Amino acid sequence: MIDAKIPSGNLADKWSNYKDSSKLINPANRKKLDIIVVGTGLAGSSCAATLAEQGYNVKSFCFQDSARRAHSVAAQGGVNAAKNYKNDGDSVYRMFYDTIKGGDFRSREANVYRLAECSLALIDQAVAQGVPFAREYGGYLNNRSFGGVQVSRTFYARGQTGQQLMIGAYQALMRQVSAGKVKTYTRHEMLDLVLVEGKARGIIARNLETGAIERHAAHAVVLATGGYGKVYYLSTLAMGCNSSAIWRAHKKGAFMSGVSWIQFHPTCLPQIGETQSKLTLMSESLRNDGRIWVPKKAGDDRVPNDIPEEERDYYLERRYPTFGNLSPRDISSRAAKERIDAGCGVGPMKNAVCLDFSKAIKEQGRDKIEEKYGNLFRMYDKINGVDAYKEPMLISPAAHFTMGGLWVNYDLMTTIPGLFALGEANFSDHGANRLGANSLLQSCVDGYFIAPYTIPNYLSGELKTEKITTEHVAFAIAENNVRAELNQFLNRKGHLSADYFHKTLGKLLYDKCGLSRTKESLEAAIIEIKALKKSFDTDLNITGDEQINAELEKAGRVSDFLELGELMCHDALQRDESCGAHFREEYQTSDGEAVRNDQDFCFVSAWEWKGKGTAPELHKEPLVFETVQLTVRSYK
Amino acid sequence: MKLYLKVWRQEDREAKGDLVSYEVDGISEHMSFLEMLDLLNERLIGKGERVIEFDHDCREGICGACGMMINGRAHGPLTGTTTCQLHMRSFKDGETVYIEPFRAAAFPVLRDLKIDRSAFDHIIQSGGYISASTGQAPESNSIPIAHEVTEAAFDAAACIGCGACVATCKNSSAALFTSAKISHLVLLPQGKLESADRVINMVAQMDAEGFGHCSNTEACEVECPQQISVLHIGRMNYEYSKALVFRK
Repeated sequence: MIDAKIPSGNLADKWSNYKDSSKLINPANRKKLDIIVVGTGLAGSSCAATLAEQGYNVKSFCFQDSARRAHSVAAQGGVNAAKNYKNDGDSVYRMFYDTIKGGDFRSREANVYRLAECSLALIDQAVAQGVPFAREYGGYLNNRSFGGVQVSRTFYARGQTGQQLMIGAYQALMRQVSAGKVKTYTRHEMLDLVLVEGKARGIIARNLETGAIERHAAHAVVLATGGYGKVYYLSTLAMGCNSSAIWRAHKKGAFMSGVSWIQFHPTCLPQIGETQSKLTLMSESLRNDGRIWVPKKAGDDRVPNDIPEEERDYYLERRYPTFGNLSPRDISSRAAKERIDAGCGVGPMKNAVCLDFSKAIKEQGRDKIEEKYGNLFRMYDKINGVDAYKEPMLISPAAHFTMGGLWVNYDLMTTIPGLFALGEANFSDHGANRLGANSLLQSCVDGYFIAPYTIPNYLSGELKTEKITTEHVAFAIAENNVRAELNQFLNRKGHLSADYFHKTLGKLLYDKCGLSRTKESLEAAIIEIKALKKSFDTDLNITGDEQINAELEKAGRVSDFLELGELMCHDALQRDESCGAHFREEYQTSDGEAVRNDQDFCFVSAWEWKGKGTAPELHKEPLVFETVQLTVRSYK
Repeated sequence: MKLYLKVWRQEDREAKGDLVSYEVDGISEHMSFLEMLDLLNERLIGKGERVIEFDHDCREGICGACGMMINGRAHGPLTGTTTCQLHMRSFKDGETVYIEPFRAAAFPVLRDLKIDRSAFDHIIQSGGYISASTGQAPESNSIPIAHEVTEAAFDAAACIGCGACVATCKNSSAALFTSAKISHLVLLPQGKLESADRVINMVAQMDAEGFGHCSNTEACEVECPQQISVLHIGRMNYEYSKALVFRK
């Protein structure tokens, strides 16, 4: 049985107990210890900067040309914290409960409580760094509300909260670069994890400019490489987002959890053509003031503004009167799919719903709406050429966030000793569905406040370890494997591009392992993915050389997505229940609500890689609820 | 629609580059400019040729990775728009479009349209931060900041670091980029303490990287996708002079 190592004590005391009893390293010894941090988003940058401030030597890797570009930068809406500045009944416990419930009771109590607890310090830290969160006229911090909760606990910087937090973390990182405590490796991609005597001791990375294959050794390795939602090709993610770091760690022994729990964001721009590369997200914060509707009549061809009020179906307000347009993401997305499948979709491909601001503009005035969401309306206009102050936005659900990821214990350490996973790359805090504005929070809290305690706790046992050198045979073997794979890609002169395989895989997963799944669709998907992988192994065509080569980068990423996609289907197939973002059509009530099975599935799946062509092995971490009562999640 | 492209191709840092002609048909007006390049690259792969390399990532205008000169303008013909958010409806059927990398001595070309912008990271490293280590922060509401001040700081902090300001400046000056960071941090009470050292060090680093001086043509503001104001350059100059006078 895998052990999450939850500290003893009352829920509210666990993190304090952990900190009080964790092992420390004295400042003189810290400079003898090296740490590799892969990824420079909020989790990676904040972790690297904080560890460097403590005195460790940090190497920071990212595939982008600058640490500042990691995809955390694109998060729009906000970051949650239980400050209760609005005096509307918020508390750490309330935030903990909202998050546990929002995750459909498929996350660990202790982790989630710690997340809520550390949210307070995060806002303080960000403000100290100069993050310009929205302020009221008296000069105090402002908040707004987000889906799935009834209090206002979301801090925001217009529609660019992720960018502003990212800049704060990036600047903290750059400060440590200038202090000589962090060395950055930009345009570098991690291609393998190196284990020495069962512990994570380094990585093999490719310099994406020169093509050089490099060995890097350390006493511990941190993966903060984000989520894998790009497996669907069309998603809200950046084009470069990938699963390769976590997947290659998985193949070296790190378990993967909740792999099929993928959030479809309800407010994205719909697909309008086959060459589209991206489904741009429009912040969920828009649902504070926008109302979602479709025509009551299926196949209504009128433009939205011509459809009179009484012929509009505000389906979220109708089905979930308590939470209405602020219902959680999984529920909102499924409700949209239900209406679109019923033929009530709008737009040229009939695959969208309306997000309407006319009432808010009438009540608050255009200026107020512009101040709150101006950049989002401008973005909408740029992409579509449509003025959303005058007609409704057309939106549609799109793959967005992966609740699943590398299994980690309470220390955020994977099943490989010395390998830590932070932020979206791990599975830990969101259960089967993440609440809005909890993602920026989790990545920051992992990086600023948790890993800087738990990594030293691990490293305290490594002080007597001899300096790790890259001469070890494990590095040579890993490097050879990486070289062999790259050569294979370069020499494979088939007739299909990496994008072809990526798009085919993505469509297949959208249809068969997307917003809803069935036993039949998942079984079919597994067979189709295997066939696609086979074709990939012979028909792929990579042009160019080993230096800067976007196609060579894609080849490795798509190869990993093909294997990961299959595991997603296995994960969804074994879970005979509907929970959070995982909706198995076999398990629903007569009015279409999810039916959870706590008797048999109140556990975290943890998959072990058993080698190519062999079925993965499922391990189970039972979820023990000592504080909350499992209830049917109702937002009606 | 069909376009006639002239695209800058260059093997590596040292190689001499050249404009290469491509005809691309079957372009839809809904495509983004980068999706049009994806389409061309897909066809190049079919012919066994090396694809056109260009930086891009989020494709929603915020990461700052993309950027190219399109018909001589940074990020193309629209104002306040990154290359990834430029759509083909801004072009006419049959048009010839010149596509080149952002050029500046401090931004060497790596391959095709990809450039090295690490000089921007070096400028931030030289002082573009508030020295607040994790754990040192006071309670956030203990530093009240006027609404207008926060909004003004945000306007400066919105810079995405794409380099369009440098590429469009006849002197390849990084004054807009650098001054936006100085404004962001000096406007906020948390950032005031370090303001003198910050401005002196950042300006020195800007020069050391090989960026030119600002001669107030204001072209940078015109091309900035975030519409960062040149007034920040005025503030930078003011802060710089003040720092020189009062610095001991």
